[in-house]
Formats: sequence, structure tokens, C-alpha cells
Amino acid sequence: MFNDPAVWLPLAFAALMGLSILIYVVLDGFDLGVGILFPGASGADRDRMVASIGPFWDANETWLVLAIGLLLVAFPIAHGMILTALYLPVALMLVALILRGVAFEFRAKAEASWKPLWDRAFFGGSLLTALTQGYMLGLYVTGLESTLPTVSFGLLTAVCVAAGYALMGATWLIIKTEGDLQRYAVSRARLALVLTMIGFLAISVATPLVSPRIFTKWFSLPEILFLSPLPITAGLLAVAVFIALSHLPDSRDRFRWVPFAGSAGIMVLAFFGLAYSFYPFIVPDRLTIYAAAAAPESLAIILVGALVVVPVIIAYSAFSYWVFRGKAGELRYD
Amino acid sequence: MDSPIMDPTILARIQFAANISFHILFPTITIAMGWALVFFKLRYRATGDMKWMDVYHFWVKVFALSFALGVVSGITMSFQFGTNWPGFMEKVGNVAGPLLAYEVMTAFFLEAVFLGIMLFGFRKVPGWVHTLATVLVAGGTTLSAFWIIVLNSWMHTPVGFEIRNGVVHATDWFAIIFNPSMPYRLAHMLLASGLTAAFLIAGLSAYRWLRNDRSPAVLSAMRFGVGVAAILIPIQIFAGDMHGLNTLKHQPQKVAAMEGNWETGPAKPLLLFAWPDEKARENRFEIGVPYGASLILKHDPQGVIPGLNDYVGQHPPVAPVFFAFRIMVGVGMLMLLVSWGAALWLWRRGEPHPWLARGLVAMTFSGWVATLAGWYVTEIGRQPWLVSGVLRTSDAVSAVPAAMVATTLVVYLLVYAALLAAYIATLFLLARKGAAGKPVETGPTPHPNAFVAAE
Repeated sequence: MFNDPAVWLPLAFAALMGLSILIYVVLDGFDLGVGILFPGASGADRDRMVASIGPFWDANETWLVLAIGLLLVAFPIAHGMILTALYLPVALMLVALILRGVAFEFRAKAEASWKPLWDRAFFGGSLLTALTQGYMLGLYVTGLESTLPTVSFGLLTAVCVAAGYALMGATWLIIKTEGDLQRYAVSRARLALVLTMIGFLAISVATPLVSPRIFTKWFSLPEILFLSPLPITAGLLAVAVFIALSHLPDSRDRFRWVPFAGSAGIMVLAFFGLAYSFYPFIVPDRLTIYAAAAAPESLAIILVGALVVVPVIIAYSAFSYWVFRGKAGELRYD
Repeated sequence: MDSPIMDPTILARIQFAANISFHILFPTITIAMGWALVFFKLRYRATGDMKWMDVYHFWVKVFALSFALGVVSGITMSFQFGTNWPGFMEKVGNVAGPLLAYEVMTAFFLEAVFLGIMLFGFRKVPGWVHTLATVLVAGGTTLSAFWIIVLNSWMHTPVGFEIRNGVVHATDWFAIIFNPSMPYRLAHMLLASGLTAAFLIAGLSAYRWLRNDRSPAVLSAMRFGVGVAAILIPIQIFAGDMHGLNTLKHQPQKVAAMEGNWETGPAKPLLLFAWPDEKARENRFEIGVPYGASLILKHDPQGVIPGLNDYVGQHPPVAPVFFAFRIMVGVGMLMLLVSWGAALWLWRRGEPHPWLARGLVAMTFSGWVATLAGWYVTEIGRQPWLVSGVLRTSDAVSAVPAAMVATTLVVYLLVYAALLAAYIATLFLLARKGAAGKPVETGPTPHPNAFVAAE
């Protein structure tokens, strides 16, 4: 089957798109989470919070552009179907992303009297982005239809994704800050962890219930044996993060990486669970990646570029994180 | 009968046009501003004169702000391809897809990642790495312009493909990338970016000068802006003329609309003003220069100019193309006048006259006006086609209910209006802060605002 490019190319692109979404969720997840935690922090702490993500957010958001771009170029029919079905939440998310993105600049450069307003735009934009993305996840899981049950489920997943991003943001701040701000981050991380786990549980229960196909994929022998490590590992990671959080902040700043790494691990596992559930569908139960794929010759020319360029992107992104390693200080242009 | 206001195609077009018009303002600045920053940085490294770092640190802030606005409005566009024009990707996705993918992969990440180092890494990396980061950001913005112009040009002059089962399939990527209108459009756009940035730099510097900021950095930046504008504008007029001739060859109906010419024929005048009446298919209140259009387009007073009546039902709406073209050319002429006048004055006297400075301030955003007008000429001029001869705009529009498009359109317009006002106000605020003698550029002034401590 792998001799036929019409088979392996769509799969390769689904994997590449999945990778982009995953990287986006982890990286912009912590950016957006920092924004969500804004209201509880003081003025000086807010500047430090922004400084902890300032050099990265733009590149992190680009993974969303790559993901949506790959959906657009590799699965054009699915792109149209999904985005027209999610027209309003997408529009809301875009407005939220706009507000969040420009607030980075305006809060630092506009008149001082306007700063509280841009701070609110930063918080509101971050929160609304997370909520709309969670809502879209809920609608996607339940088959892209807007009925009372699916919308209610979407609202639940909206809160849970926001909590998941807040968890990423709080655990990122634990790494990048110290003192009161770090303590604040630890306390919010605990709350966010609980909400996140409730959310994952809700999605894990709901997906097999709405789709008999997904139910069979998970709850039949021998699949259930191969798959059981997935939720078990996620649970163990959650426990590890919880234990680490109860020991933080540490006087010598040990274990500060544990909550972030554990939370990212939970996100990765959740992502693979979802990917397994929906494969081979790109529009749940309606359109497979094979039926939606663009022409093989066009996909091949993108794949060649992607195989060369994506490792380079990852390398220079890593370089940027290395340059701005350590505790977030003042961000200076000069 | 449906009101035209609630026609989904019109609404989708207004929404996309509003978004893309808002978006283009910022890349038009950053594409060239990136190279200006490289120039300032290299001047500093060559001369060791701190004034060049002062110039750099002032304009890097303008760059950062413009870049952020470009990024967020660009993300909106990548989604609106799907929400507004699903038919576009379904029909020509096999060509448009790889071009967009290469733009994201080769340009977006490059500029986004190195922007962080360029903005905040001055003290964290060696000087040459910082300069390299600035070069990579500038290169990234230019590369991004290249890919998107390739796609846009292909939509005007599509080649290198075949249609199988109603879907476009690429057959020759070299032909697609170097399609007939690409070199002209790319040159025209890059020069437009250079002029936009040059007049912005000259205008804001003149504003600081008028507020009694006599630091050497301000005068140097003003001279740089005026000098670049004076050099680029004649090249732009030449490139624009070449682009027009290329359009005459491939899209004669667009040129007919630009000239407001209804009947094909020789010895056509260059219309300075007219009111094209599409119902009567004639112009009212015509004022023209005899033989002008024939001379410009055919370099012969008896040259035959194509007329709109040869393309009934196949040509764009005439009035918007006709007027947008005159606005673009008019602003271009004004740019020539102001930049050469200012260059001559600064060269002779060294310092600007207050009235010259006021003139430069008035021209601060002239590049935006000309660029938008130019894009309206070429994009409205392609109608009724989305991809010339391949896909009609009305066949690509999504089935989203008009009311939903109208609602989101209002929200987008409100957000864009607020952001544009905030952007312009902030540019002048940054200039005033600079003029107030605050240590904008240097000095380790601790500031509660950690993000941008440079103020």
C-alpha cells in the first residue's frame, strides 16, 4: 500500500498537520495560558509575564498558520467544510487572536493611560482564543453539528481547553519566574490541573458515546490492551505534576521543569488519543483524509520542501529558546 | 428580489477586501523597513556612530508594531480563504496550495523566530548574530512577498496547468512561478514598499524635527527617507509603465477600464478626468490630453487602444478601476515632486524649511494611498474572474448565510478601524516621546514596563 502515493501522501500530510497542531497547542498553549492568568497578577508581574513569552509568541502562533495552511493545501475540501461549519467561532477566534497579538505591542507603546485597556485586550483575547478553540474541538468531536447537546458539550470543552492552556501557562511561568509570581503560578497550576483532567475525562467519555465507530475502535479486544497504557500514563503524569506542584516553589528551584513537562506530556497523549479515534476521518464520519486529499503531484512538491524546511525551523526555534533561556528579565530593545 | 447589500458574493468580497486592504498596509511597511534597519545597523558597524543605533532603535519599534499588525491580519486571511472562498481551493488548490505552503515554511517561521532575537536579543547575542537576525527577518518578509506575488500573478496570468475533471492540475512549476505578469508585479510591489517606508521615515522624522528634535539621528533618518524616495520614484514610474504594458498584453479589458476607453480605435486621448457611465457605455465630463493614451501604451500617436465594448459582460466595473488608477498615478506624481524638491533642498541647505517639513509630514502615509489604489486597480480589474479565464469569483463563494457574513463584517470593520487609529496615534506618540528628548534609544533607564523598557 505504501507504493501508492495516493495512499501514503495523505497519511504523511495528516501526520504533518497533526504535528503542527500538537506543537501549536503546547507552545501557543502556554502563551495563551499566560494571558489567561493575567488578571490575578500585579502590574510589574504582568510585565514579567509578557516578557516570559514576548520573544516566542509570534513564532508559536505560526504553527497555527502552518496547521491551517496544511489543511488548506493538502485537504482543500475538508478545509472548506470544516471552516464553513465553524464560521462564527472561527471569526470570534480570529478577532481574539488579533486583540491578543496587537496588545503585546500596544500595551508597551501606547499612551500609559491606555495600558489597562490593552491589558484587558490581552487577557480577553487570550481567554477568548482558548474558549473558541475548545468550543470548536467540542463541535468537531461531536460531528460538526450545532444542536443543543453538541453546543453544550462544546461549551464544556471550551472551559476545559482554557483550563489546559492555563495549566501550560502557569507551569511555563514556574520555569521562567521566581518569588511571588512563581508562587502565584503554582497555585493557579493546581486549579488548572484539576479542571484540565475533568475536561479530558469528559472528552474521553463523550467521544465513544457519540460515535459507535470510535467505541468499537477503543473497547474491543485486543485493541483495549494496546491502548490502555495511553490513559494510564496520562493519569500517572497528572499525579506526578500534582505531587511536583505541592513541593513547589522549591528553595533551590529544583523540579521547576516537572510540571511543564508533565502537562505537555498529557497534551501529547490526549492528542494521540483523539488522532487514533478519528483516523482515517478528517471530517468526522463524513470525509476521510484519502477522499479529501489534493493531487499527489502537488502534495509531493510540498512534502519535499517540508522535509527540508521543518527540521531547519525546529532547529532555529530551539536556538531562539536557548538565547532567551533562564528567568524572564526585562525585555529590552537595546 | 434580494437587496444587493445582502448578496453573499458582494458581502464575502467586501469582507475579504476589507481584511486584505487592512493587512497589506503593514507588510508594505515592513518589507522595506526590514532592509532599512539592516542599512542602519551596517552603517553603525561601519562608522561606529551611535546616531545610527539611535535611528535603528527608533525604527525597530515602528517595525515591531507594524509587524504585529501584519501577522494578526495575515492569520485572519489564511482562515478566510476557507470561510469565504471554499471554491478557490477546490478548483485551483493544486497550484495555490504549494505556493502558500512554501510561503509559510520558508518565510513566516524565519521572520517570526528571528524577530524575537532582532527585537530583544541585542544584549543576548554577539553583534554579528543580531545583524544576521535583522537580515534574516528582512529576507523573510521579502521572501513572503515573493511567494504571495507569485500566486497573485498566477491568478491574473495563469499558465503551466491543465484541467482534469474540472480541477486545475499543475504541469510546469517553473512556468507557474515565473508566470508572465510576476516579474512586473513583484518589482512594482517591492518598489511600492520601498516608497511607503521611505515616506513614512521621512514624514515621522520631519514631525520630530518640527517638534524641535534636532538630534543627528532625526536629520539622518529624514535624509535617508527623502533620498531613498527620490531614487525609487522614477524607477517606480518606469516599472509601473512596464507593468501597464504587460497588462495590456494579457488583460486588455483591464487597461480599457483604467483608460476609460469604450471603443477600440487609434489616436486615443489620455483622460485626466471623466465620469464613466457604465449604463450608457460612455464617459461624461471628459477632460483629456489628445493622443496621450495611444502614446503611452503604444508609443505611437495613432496606436490602437482596446475598448470595453469588445468585452461586454467580460470586463470589470469601470468607475472604480478608472478612479483608483488616477489616484495611484496622482499620488505617484506628488511623490516625485515632494521627494525631488526635498532632496534638492536638503542637499543645498542641509536642513529642512518648516514648510518642507510640513509637506513631508503630510506625505507620511502617501505610500499607503498609492499602494491600496494600485491593488484596487489590479484586483477589481481582474473581475469578474478570480483566476483569469479559469474561475469566476461568483463560483468560488461559500454558502455561508449572508446575515452571518454581514455580522462578522461589521465586527471586523470595527476592530480594524480601532486598530488603525491606535496604530497611527502610537506612531506619532513614539515620535513625540523621541522629540521630548527622552532616552528612547539609549540609557539604562529602569522602567516599570519591562516589555519595552526602551522608553
